[in-house]
Amino acid sequence: MRVALFVTCVTDTLYPGTGQAALAVLERLGVEVDFPLAQSCCGQPQFNTGYRRETEPLVRRFAEVFRGYDHIVTPSGSCAAMVRENHPRIAARAPGGRSADEADEVAEVAEVASRTYELSEFLVDVLGVTDVGAYYPHTVTYHPTCHGLRTLGLGDRPRRLLENVRGLELMELPGAGECCGFGGTFAVKNAAVSAEMGADKARGIEGTGARAVCAVDNSCLMHIGGILARRGSAVRPVHLAEILASTDGGAATDGGTAGGTVGGAKEEAR
Amino acid sequence: MSGGTFLGMPAFPEAAAAAVRDTRLRGNLRHATGTIRAKRAQAVAELPDWAGLRAAGAAIKDRTLRHLDHYLERLEEAVTASGGTVHWAADAAEANRIVTQLVRATGESEVVKVKSMATQEIGLNAALEAAGIRAYETDLAELIVQLGDDLPSHILVPAIHRNRGEIRDVFRSEMGRWGRPAPEDLSEEPAELAEAARLHLREKFLRAKVGISGANFMVAETGTLVVVESEGNGRMCLTLPETLISVVGIEKVVPTWRDLEVFLQLLPRSSTAERMNPYTSMWTGAADAEGADGPRDFHLVLLDNGRTDALADTVGRQALRCIRCSACLNVCPVYERAGGHAYGSAYPGPIGAILTPQLRGTVTELDASLPYASSLCGACYEVCPVAIDIPQVLVHLRERVVEGGEATVRGRRTTVRPARGHAAERAAMRAARWVFEHPAALRAGQRLASRTRRLHPRRLPGPGRAWTASRELPEVPAESFRDWWLRERGDDGGGRKGRGERGERRDRGGDR
Ligand code: SF4
Repeated sequence: MRVALFVTCVTDTLYPGTGQAALAVLERLGVEVDFPLAQSCCGQPQFNTGYRRETEPLVRRFAEVFRGYDHIVTPSGSCAAMVRENHPRIAARAPGGRSADEADEVAEVAEVASRTYELSEFLVDVLGVTDVGAYYPHTVTYHPTCHGLRTLGLGDRPRRLLENVRGLELMELPGAGECCGFGGTFAVKNAAVSAEMGADKARGIEGTGARAVCAVDNSCLMHIGGILARRGSAVRPVHLAEILASTDGGAATDGGTAGGTVGGAKEEAR
Repeated sequence: MSGGTFLGMPAFPEAAAAAVRDTRLRGNLRHATGTIRAKRAQAVAELPDWAGLRAAGAAIKDRTLRHLDHYLERLEEAVTASGGTVHWAADAAEANRIVTQLVRATGESEVVKVKSMATQEIGLNAALEAAGIRAYETDLAELIVQLGDDLPSHILVPAIHRNRGEIRDVFRSEMGRWGRPAPEDLSEEPAELAEAARLHLREKFLRAKVGISGANFMVAETGTLVVVESEGNGRMCLTLPETLISVVGIEKVVPTWRDLEVFLQLLPRSSTAERMNPYTSMWTGAADAEGADGPRDFHLVLLDNGRTDALADTVGRQALRCIRCSACLNVCPVYERAGGHAYGSAYPGPIGAILTPQLRGTVTELDASLPYASSLCGACYEVCPVAIDIPQVLVHLRERVVEGGEATVRGRRTTVRPARGHAAERAAMRAARWVFEHPAALRAGQRLASRTRRLHPRRLPGPGRAWTASRELPEVPAESFRDWWLRERGDDGGGRKGRGERGERRDRGGDR
């Protein structure tokens, strides 16, 4: 099984700890993971802002970079949704597509897209694992991010993984399915509404009493975490991969996580 | 007192920001949408075949839209055969002109109205008033808006932004100027408010000679129009007057009565969370025989007003499936905080954000801002009973705003120019695309950011201020994932260098 990690531009640049954690979880489960260096961005920020044509070369690049792999795994619900839902549409609408070569390219984009998985999907559906042997002795609340929830239909996969983490206490988040207000460029184009949505989400999170808020998207966590920090809140954003990578040997990553690690797994275990 | 106008409103972000600061509005909307959200979910969950119904609703609408010319002509034949008269209106001005002339021909200077989105869309009340004709709204919420000289803010409950206390105040101060006044000691009890409205309206029903309505559906095979409602005011307006004029968007036609079966299940559950709406009125043409119930004179004004332009757009046309249930508004977190007025049209919320820019174009700053009035969370798509992929259409319309391109405007294929004010963003997107096509440049940028990370400000100037005004910035890590991988693993993807080299080679190939 040839598996590639698509780390995403946000995680690559700002949250390398999440990438390391995803890698650690997969390798712990015996998966050999490649990281093709030619990867960059799925094109979601450009596409969702209306720049479809600027997205076309990134869509082609994605297919070229990842075509040799059986599975492409990414620690982002919204990037996985962008690839699976929109890459085939963008390729089909791109100019050309008449010659046999171009038709092949369109088919290849769709084919590679269909083999792209968000991390929890890959763990549960492809590997058939819900207990990854993690240990994380903290109270955690889970925010299902929109594209994971509604476009990918992740359902309870992330929760099932969390429920099997030893030491972890899952707190229910009221109104969990409501958007946190990030929305890519929405966060700056409609900053007032975005911040208000974020503040409501932050209040909900604080109300659970959890020490950490977990999600499968670092971009949403960046927004939620930024608001929580500005509010002086003690709740930390943590990517699902980082929780799953933690073992009683300590956190598997060495920094650069969405909000830093919560304490250290060991320290609290005592 | 023609009611307000949406003309000249600011772009969505400014209007929405003002609404966010209005705590009373926020409270009213949170309460109202929260209640209906939960009820809708329950009403929908009762039906085991909801997904199938939803797919059927979408399919019927799509098929009908594909052959719209055919079904509209069948409808016209059937309406005419049953004694009605059909008028075709290309735009709002033409529709208003037709209706005004029809009312004038009756010699009346008053009409009663059934709640109708189409007549809101074309601004009929103002047009009638300019011609010296007074239009009385008879839907309770529409009456509140009219009495308050206000604007509708919701498709189903136009006065959703008002609470009971505000409604009582409007009734007490304004009803007397329009007809029977409200009792002096009117309280804010819903039953008392409804009774005051009932007595006030009853006078109008009994006096009116002309009724004006829209329709939820038009059945092509028999020429039958359908109005579904909860209050019964519609039934009054549709049966008591001698003349009935219905203004209906051309996309409201369905081929047969069997198709209604699907929509009469989808609409009430999505809209009011009722299994069935209390009143379903259906009429076919005019009442002919002496003693028969209903208007003797029936006119159907078929309204285009941008709909065939939308139909020509292969992505955008799905907006024409809309049955105006308002479920997408009720579930939308942006609508809940921005309120309906910020959308600057009779159609607020997610459906407004995709319909208005198609009906009116993307020329004004407000109309160009509407496709961006969404975080693309997809809650609207999830609840839409005719499966309109609203996020997909939003992104499609964003493209029209920033990149321009081919569109049909008033029946002609036109090349739309990109909206102004996006030059800096466009340049940034191009630059980002270039960087993402050149991973070596991406890596260089990441390294620069890491090296200077101690110098980064906590508050950004310019457009970045919109981020840091309410959120902390993430800290830039000492090293990107890419650099960590190179340092730790030292090669490209576990020995599969080929692909990486390809990528790097493309890198050096320069920009296209
Ligand atoms: S778009 Fe869908 S959910 Fe919204 S009003 Fe129309 S039919 Fe209802």
